[in-house]
Amino acid sequence: MTTQNLEIRRSSASLWGEKTGMRHLPVVSKFIDTTTCIGCKACEVACQEWNDLEAVPTRQTGNYQTMPELDAEFWNLIRFNERDFDGGVVWLMRKDQCMHCEDPGCLAACPAPGAIVQYENGIVDVNPEACIGCGFCATGCPFNVPKFHAKTGKMAKCTLCVDRVTSGLEPACIKACPTGCLQFGTKDDMVALGHARVEQLKGNGFANAVLYDPPGVGGTGVVTVLGHGDHPEWYGLPADPHVPVGVRFWKSVLRPLGVVAMIGAVLGAIGHFMYQGPKEPRARDGEPPPPPGA
Amino acid sequence: MQRRTFLKATALGGGVALGFDVSRAEAEMRALKIARTTETRSICPYCAVSCGVIIHTLGDKSKNVKPAVVHVEGDPDHPISRGSLCPKGATLRDDITHKNRLLHPKVRRPGSDHWEDISWDDAVSQIARHIKDTRDRTFVAKNAKGQVVNRTPGIAMIGGCTDTNEFNYLQWKVVTALGVPYRDTQARV
Repeated sequence: MTTQNLEIRRSSASLWGEKTGMRHLPVVSKFIDTTTCIGCKACEVACQEWNDLEAVPTRQTGNYQTMPELDAEFWNLIRFNERDFDGGVVWLMRKDQCMHCEDPGCLAACPAPGAIVQYENGIVDVNPEACIGCGFCATGCPFNVPKFHAKTGKMAKCTLCVDRVTSGLEPACIKACPTGCLQFGTKDDMVALGHARVEQLKGNGFANAVLYDPPGVGGTGVVTVLGHGDHPEWYGLPADPHVPVGVRFWKSVLRPLGVVAMIGAVLGAIGHFMYQGPKEPRARDGEPPPPPGA
Repeated sequence: MQRRTFLKATALGGGVALGFDVSRAEAEMRALKIARTTETRSICPYCAVSCGVIIHTLGDKSKNVKPAVVHVEGDPDHPISRGSLCPKGATLRDDITHKNRLLHPKVRRPGSDHWEDISWDDAVSQIARHIKDTRDRTFVAKNAKGQVVNRTPGIAMIGGCTDTNEFNYLQWKVVTALGVPYRDTQARV
């Protein structure tokens, strides 16, 4: 990996990490249309190939889903869900991956300076060189995305192919998708595309179709068209995701207080040493007092 | 060291140790792994859709470089697939670089229980021999009604899915000349 001063909007655990970028880049986004996904998993394979990730052992769990959850070496998972609906059954497929939130819970929770960064174009990335593998980002994530990689001791997740995007290419998953249910572009364009598709779906009998772009995390860099928008949980999505209150309280109240207290304690100890001098050794019974400084 | 310097150093050191990042934030940008690879156009070998792929090989074809396939992805200029691939086609890099991939022709003789290595020249000449012998043995010049048919029903030909239209045309021509009635290519796609 090369080190370059890229356009950073936010950086974890860093007071000076905001708005380091001089350039203003358009925010990019993925568009996922769950109603035209056929569950072929080309995006899964394209992700593994581009990111040079090993095959992860899988087990048959009774459906077509590759594995139950995302993995540190599997960043793109098609979730297959079956639900009873209108006297029949609906078979729902959704591409699960990092949502690249506008207000990322992982970044808020991360205690390692610069380990999670948000670029000016909205991409949220884990920097393995700064990551300490504590796993707090998984606690902060409302979508259960970052996973611990046991071999490296680091966290790993979808990078939105930041290497490709900064070079002017689209993410690997988007390029592979044969049905076109995945699209890539600026966030504005993807949201417009999503609203147009939702209107079309509403005219085609999907009265509850919505564009999933939850405001609780400031919107996401992955906008998803849900045919059954009244039940996002059918797709494995939280209805109203938020960064956990505990993470917010810890990072914005407890941690600054702790820092102040620690510095105060150190300064107090030094001040005490300077004004009171070193601790005098106490004489024991039957022994002469040791000489000072012994 | 003066008392004031010591105090300053202590406070600063404490701040850094407790997570204040005093350096300007820098990000690690991930380098594009195909930035200067050699791009070669090809066709996915799996099904009859024949999607276009670009094969990325290490190096720039310099004299002293042994190219190796590092990545394969869809060809955006291909009129059929326009850059997309199915999950099987997306694995082509592993197909090419896999240790079990056959790189040389092999033959299994009649009645044999194993495959033997054979040179390309021997393989082609032996296939030609078989074709000639089979045609001579099974050739039908006239049918039961006495009409001239010139068939070779002992042979069938199946074209591969990566064959181009031009190659399919040649295959068709060759087997037509031989009188082979059982034949198929994927020139239709």
